[in-house]
Order: sequence, then C-alpha cells, then structure tokens
Amino acid sequence: MFANLTNALDFQGKALTIRADRQRVLASNIANADTPGYASRDINFKDAMASALGSNSSTGSSLGNKLTLAQPQTDNVSGSFVSTALAATHPNHIPLQSTLGTLGNNNAEELQYTTPSQPAMDNNTVDMDQERANFVDNSVRYEAALTFINGSSKTILSAIQGQ
Amino acid sequence: MSMFSIFNVSGSAISAQSQRLNVVASNLANADAVAGPDGQGYKSRQVVFQTVPMGSEASSGVKVSSIQESQEPLKRVLNPSHPSADADGYVTESNVNPVEEMVNMISASRSYQNNVEVMNTAKTLLLKTLQLGQ
Repeated sequence: MFANLTNALDFQGKALTIRADRQRVLASNIANADTPGYASRDINFKDAMASALGSNSSTGSSLGNKLTLAQPQTDNVSGSFVSTALAATHPNHIPLQSTLGTLGNNNAEELQYTTPSQPAMDNNTVDMDQERANFVDNSVRYEAALTFINGSSKTILSAIQGQ
Repeated sequence: MSMFSIFNVSGSAISAQSQRLNVVASNLANADAVAGPDGQGYKSRQVVFQTVPMGSEASSGVKVSSIQESQEPLKRVLNPSHPSADADGYVTESNVNPVEEMVNMISASRSYQNNVEVMNTAKTLLLKTLQLGQ
C-alpha cells in the first residue's frame, strides 16, 4: 500500500537524481571551458530516465532531443550496460523493479560527448553559450522536480491527516 | 548528495582562473621592464590548464599544470641615451604583448564569473532540496 502511495514520489526522485548528475556534468564543462583538448560531455536525460526506470526502450531518440549526441565515451569494459530489472518468466510473477538502478557513480553509460558546434584551435569543444543555457534549463527542471515532490508529499500528508 | 562535488569542480576552476589572472597581472606589470646587466629581459608567462578527475567520471575539475615562459624574442628598442643601452645603443625590453594580456584578462574574468554563477546556482538548488517537505 505504501508502494502505491509513494510511486509518484519515486518517479520524481529518480528524475531529481539524474538532474543532479547532469548539473554536475555541466558544471565540469563550464569549469573546463579553457582547458585545451577537453571534450564537452552531457547526459541524455531520456535514456538515463529510461534506464533508471528499468525499461530498456532507449532506442527511439528522435523525440524532441535537441542535442545530437555522439558515441558514448566509456570503454566497453566498465561501461557495458547491464539491465538491473528482474525477468518475469511466468504471468504470476510479481513485477519487481530493482532499486539499484544505474544512477549514482555508475552512470557512465549515459555520459556522452556533445557534438561540437564550432571548432576551436585547442580542440576544446565546450560551447559556453550552450553550456550556460543547458545549465539554467537543468536547474529550472531540477526545481520543477522538487516542486512536484513537495506537492505530492503535501497531498499524501493531507490525505493521512484527513483535515 | 552528488551535487556537493560541484563546489569542488567550480572551486578548482576559480582558483585556476585566479592564478591565470595573477600571471596576467605580473606580465602587465613587467611590460615595460628593461633587461638587467645580464641582458635577460622579462619573458611573458602563460598558464597551462589541465583537467583533473574528481571522484566520479561525471565531475572533472581543472588545475594549472605548469606556467611556461614565452619563447618569443625580446623586444629591442633603439635608445642610446638609456642607461641600460648596449654598445649599439639598443635597450632590451620584455616580450609582453599588452593587447594579448588584456584579452587574456577579460577571458579569465569572464570564466571566473561563470564559475561563481555555477556555484551560486548549485547552492540555491541544494538549499531548496534541504527544505523539501517543509
């Protein structure tokens, strides 16, 4: 019963974690804006969210993804994608979602290089305008997730208290 | 909380940029310095930035890996009345290019501001996260 109660919270919580991860990646990009040879990186939110929710449908990439992303940067040894969802082989199996997910320190498979918009002499691919725009966009969406969590927790609380 | 490492990342960038600003300041201060008796004038210095991994793969900071002296030839100005002039009447001055240094300074200060902004945003977001459910 509590699982039903906190489903919405769980979803937004995962979104919040990915937003925080992305914020960290964008901060690294901005910090390395003057480093020669640094390649700008980003997290594809759609794919990251899909793998966090345990569904492996990360194929359709034409849905409003403004960023065209290049190959993932990880080597195949550490960055191979392993689904943490449990396999249901019988209709009576209770569908379970692993709480481990792929977030936290293990989010290497979502980290990708951004496509450089303007070439630079020192091979740095950070586009400061784009990074700043992404950073602001990401912080607004982070706050949106916070607001959603706040709202649903208030709803649950008022339902419990019955006032 | 993973966003705390933003402070480390942006902090490293801020200290690297302020070191760059320091180097620009010493270059500009020595732009008109003449060579001493040994004939070696001030050579303009430039910082070299390098990425440093910080904890996880997602966050990478920056550091000044080395400070290199410019290998451009020193400026030689004809000024026979100058006390430091050599036998031909030339004075050796530093090889600092003031225009380049000014551009460097603007770039460093903009990058510094950017990173301060990033830290401020991260702080606001963390504070709002701490107030969750209140």
